[in-house]
Amino acid sequence: MLITELKSKEIIASLVDGKKVFMINCQGCKEVRFPEQESVELRKELAADGKLTGFITTDYICNPENMKLRLQKHMGEIEAADVVLVLSCGVGVQTIAEYLEDKPVYAACDTYPLPGFQGVTPLEYDCDQCGECYLNLTGGICPITACSKSLVNGQCGGCKDGKCEVDSEMECGWERIYRRLAQIGRLDVLKCPTQIRNFATDDEVSK
Amino acid sequence: MKITEAFERGEFAVTAEVGPPKGIHIEGLLEEAKTYLSDITAVNVTDNQSSVMRLGSLGVCKALKDEGLTPIFQLTCRDRNRIALQSDLLSAAMLGIENLLLLTGDHTKMGDHPQAKPVFDLDSVSLIHAVKQLEEGVDLGGNQLVGEPPKFAKGAVVSPCSDSVDAQLAKMERKVRAGADYFQTQAVFEPEKFIKFMEKAKQFGKPVQIGIIIPKSVGMARFMNANVAGVHVPEDMINELKADKEKTKAGITGVEIAARIIRECKPYCQGVHIMALGWESKVPEVLKLAGI
Ligand code: SF4
Ligand code: SF4
Repeated sequence: MLITELKSKEIIASLVDGKKVFMINCQGCKEVRFPEQESVELRKELAADGKLTGFITTDYICNPENMKLRLQKHMGEIEAADVVLVLSCGVGVQTIAEYLEDKPVYAACDTYPLPGFQGVTPLEYDCDQCGECYLNLTGGICPITACSKSLVNGQCGGCKDGKCEVDSEMECGWERIYRRLAQIGRLDVLKCPTQIRNFATDDEVSK
Repeated sequence: MKITEAFERGEFAVTAEVGPPKGIHIEGLLEEAKTYLSDITAVNVTDNQSSVMRLGSLGVCKALKDEGLTPIFQLTCRDRNRIALQSDLLSAAMLGIENLLLLTGDHTKMGDHPQAKPVFDLDSVSLIHAVKQLEEGVDLGGNQLVGEPPKFAKGAVVSPCSDSVDAQLAKMERKVRAGADYFQTQAVFEPEKFIKFMEKAKQFGKPVQIGIIIPKSVGMARFMNANVAGVHVPEDMINELKADKEKTKAGITGVEIAARIIRECKPYCQGVHIMALGWESKVPEVLKLAGI
């Protein structure tokens, strides 16, 4: 079981500041608790500010085939937007970021684990429910699962020929992140403040 | 003495590294360091290098200091969480060790205890940040230290010949912003690449010591090319090692190559860091031939 919680108002405001936004809500699976009320409020605010180019509320965006089908009808609205704001677990955001490879895709939620059954983690995207989603600082690629050391401040010195020091079959996660950020023109996010993991978040949520 | 004082005086800082043994006897290490490394600016002590369990860096730093040398305490994030890291930093300060080299560290899978839990609670950048906090009298938990806080020269590493050099520069910038005072680089065998790297790195305004490995043999060069990230020995250098087997075996070729790279890169950097890998005795020759 996972919980997704909306990031703080300030963080979301900084993501959409001066931007046209397309919003994707994933309410699909039983394993994830979705912040329904808050998402409706956020959508209304964005619409009132004239920022919203469109939105969909759907399910299982973590399934690429399903997601592509759902997004197809909205491609015009997505084109018109500067950023795509995704309200889902970390897997959903990564699936969309990969598909819309030239668009900044931002996570509006943090994903936490709850004891018990885990959400089904499909295909190649993985989320470790770290509680403090870093996808907005990493071009929509999860540094916790895509980097062997789960580094959150950039590439280590172990990358050789684009591969990770731990596994020569595995592409270095930070190589992918750097490439994606360059592609969406967001290398500036690498200048963000020093990130320090917070391993206490899950306790706070289950309180 | 802090290595940063040497940079401030405009000296070309020279460091070399020693690796603690897997055991408790360091007479040999100390003797070698005293004989060959006592004239250089400072001596790095590696921290369970290549994830192989050995005698600790901190203890060997103290032993070197007692012998009158200036140690640089290498500290990685692989084996300790933020509590242990900060505690070891306080221990270092208490022992009078003022120089640090702060690294993420190789993964545990690379070493002789692949079953061990890799920690990486912090990484090189957040570790630099933690040291800076301690220097301001506060720990990462936000608690005040008692009494005068420690003061260090905070070193970090960067890989200038990496095939991901842009990602490396981005990481270097994060280290500078977190508070790194100076840099030592991964081994350089391609001066052109290093010089190009320095053109971009100089904007950060931090002293950089070029990393040097004395190539011992063709086999070693090929091994590094296949296995060591950020290191590439060009083919003509391998041919040079191949040309005269006796000369290479005696270490003369390697010393010549190392000295040549230093001479070529010296105008672009602020010091040299030699990773002698057992050839500590050759360090004085390299420096002499390089004109340092
Ligand atoms: S950073 Fe990765 S592990 Fe953390 S919530 Fe986001 S997708 Fe999940
Ligand atoms: S090589 Fe890349 S993926 Fe592997 S640990 Fe280093 S930064 Fe992470």
